[in-house]
Amino acid sequence: MILKEYDALSKKRFQVLDEVGKVINPKFEPKIDDKTLLHMYRMMLLARIADEKALQYQRQGRMLTFAPVKGQEAAQIGPMAALEEGDWLSPAFREQAAFLYKGVSLEQAYLYWYGNERGSFFEDGVRVLPVNVPIGSQVNHAAGLAYAEKLKGNKNVAVTYIGDGGTSHGEFHEGMNFASVYNAPMICIVQNNQYAISTPRAKQTKSETISQKAVAYGVPGIQVDGNDVLAMYAVVKEARERATKGEGVTLIEAYTYRLGPHTTSDDPTIYRKDEEVNEWLLKDPLIRFKGYLEGKKLWDDKKEATLVEELTEYVGETFKKVEVSEDPTVDEIFDHTYATLPEELKRQKAQHLAFLSESEEN
Amino acid sequence: MAMMTLLQAINNALDQQLTNDPTVVSYGEDAGFEGGVFRVTAGLQAKHGEARVFDTPIAESAIVGSAVGMAIAGMKPVVELQFSGFMFPAYNQIVVHLARFRNRSRSSYSLPLVVRMPYGGGVRALEHHSESLETLFAHIPGLKLVIPSTPYDAKGLLTAAIKDPDPVIFFEPKKYYRAGKQEVPEEEYIVEIGKANVLQEGTDITLVSWGAALRDTQKALQNLKENISIELIDLRTIAPMDSVTVVESVKKTGRLLVVSEQVKTLSIASELIARVNEEAFLYLEAPPVRVGGYDITIPLPRGEHHQALNDKKILRAVRSLAGYEV
Ligand SMILES: Cc1ncc(C[n+]2csc(CCOP(=O)(O)OP(=O)(O)O)c2C)c(N)n1
Repeated sequence: MILKEYDALSKKRFQVLDEVGKVINPKFEPKIDDKTLLHMYRMMLLARIADEKALQYQRQGRMLTFAPVKGQEAAQIGPMAALEEGDWLSPAFREQAAFLYKGVSLEQAYLYWYGNERGSFFEDGVRVLPVNVPIGSQVNHAAGLAYAEKLKGNKNVAVTYIGDGGTSHGEFHEGMNFASVYNAPMICIVQNNQYAISTPRAKQTKSETISQKAVAYGVPGIQVDGNDVLAMYAVVKEARERATKGEGVTLIEAYTYRLGPHTTSDDPTIYRKDEEVNEWLLKDPLIRFKGYLEGKKLWDDKKEATLVEELTEYVGETFKKVEVSEDPTVDEIFDHTYATLPEELKRQKAQHLAFLSESEEN
Repeated sequence: MAMMTLLQAINNALDQQLTNDPTVVSYGEDAGFEGGVFRVTAGLQAKHGEARVFDTPIAESAIVGSAVGMAIAGMKPVVELQFSGFMFPAYNQIVVHLARFRNRSRSSYSLPLVVRMPYGGGVRALEHHSESLETLFAHIPGLKLVIPSTPYDAKGLLTAAIKDPDPVIFFEPKKYYRAGKQEVPEEEYIVEIGKANVLQEGTDITLVSWGAALRDTQKALQNLKENISIELIDLRTIAPMDSVTVVESVKKTGRLLVVSEQVKTLSIASELIARVNEEAFLYLEAPPVRVGGYDITIPLPRGEHHQALNDKKILRAVRSLAGYEV
């Protein structure tokens, strides 16, 4: 029982791998088959490349605002790999790696940041809610998703993500409390990436750890090395088991770092030092996972080079598709307001279409 | 006098009031050390200290709710909400307390505080970063709502808002934060809250607008080739609304056009038109017209132009209103 041994007040941080990928906690090394391990690594690498490319496209003026994941991939891929298909993801706005693992295509994910609502239309069966900008609100959605799954007698859970800054919000508290009272099968993962835009974690909460907030809700809480994909996997696996057995909520603090800017509109040099970033670069979750796979003889530099090339090309091709995609049509813009368009909106839409054809003539 | 952008003028007003009045404090998410995501409050913490200019945890209800408490205790908080689209968690505090404390306490307490927030579209932003929610504040008795369109007015109105004995919601047209400079006096001055500004006199059409939409309108009017005489009014204060100035103008022109970024239904334009109908119905030579958004969720950037104002939309309305014959 990881959650017992590393409970929120133990002042211990749960970790399986060291910074180069050596197993330092064999007791809790999760048993994951090779195929899944390789898939997890593939998705981490895809998320990383998609991230770096997005930043580059944005700098070239080809992409709109983008919220980079870089540095936080393990905190997203580990948990997603521990879920089952019927489980829900109620995200915040920095979960592109989780999106990709859970079945959202890169094209859709990119389309959203390209400024097209079609990027939030997911395939049937992809249980991922759209990017959620208003901080905290997603936790309440997860509480409801989890409650409903339990009510329906399903063995599904709802995972929600929030940032360290987000835990200051009333909605975080309300959702945690609501779900806890009813033992809803909810897992709340706080990605403590040390900053909320420019505001450091210490200015968000006086709590020594974020995980210790769980104590007040009467649920297990744990601080996990968020750059350790195996640790994140193992904890979520256990939290999921509790949840589906009717034991309720788990709060997981993924201790990590945002290596990139808050979004492409942010200049992190204003509020943090390069030395700090450089220290965290050594803890890169990809280096660690790669080291682990190499130790298991599942990976080597040649495979790495091939995969990097393949994924880089895939990301480039995908973005090309996004760039030539059709902009939202007038129908799309109006017709999703209600199930059926009210008369007044039909009138407004007709007026707009008339205006457009008139402007084209002039 | 110095040339300032709208953003600099706001910063200058805050700086001056922090200097002159020890009860003024300024805070919000990222609004201390960094000076806000738009840098409106840049440099103020360094100059006035961390106790008076500071970052808050992410919690809009706490920002406004604590400002209520501070104001009751004799401070003058000027708080920042990062975007107007994130004011909703604070809306409870704004409606149930901010707007009503004076009335509830029979004026034993007043709340001389200001809630600043950038508003409006046209900046190719993510969801919830482009709304124009004037109505949600103007609808609430007890609140004042002010929206400057120029650097000069921004400083004068913000200074007036800080000195006002009642709570003022201060909308900042983020699209024009850095677009264009104007001469702004260094010394303290006030632009009176509740007074519209007739920017240009005219005889054919009364055109009312405010904030970013007013700047869009001015830009559009530069391309108006026809000889149409427009009386251009910057409403500046949405609540309490200076409909007298508008009504008097319509009595002269007989035609009213209101240009805003809002959705159509229950917009500020709706209220203005209602008042003109009540007060100047018999002077009207054409049905009043509103130009603005449709009743839809503001689209993400690839589709935003369908909802946004543009020259063609504005000029078409001007021409058709001018040419209207009964
Ligand atoms: C209710 C609300 N208030 C403000 C914002 C503006 N905002 C966007 S991201 C952010 C900081 C979030 O920090 P954190 O929760 O730590 O997540 P991170 O960005 O670090 O992933 C803020 C204040 C928002 N999106 N929603």
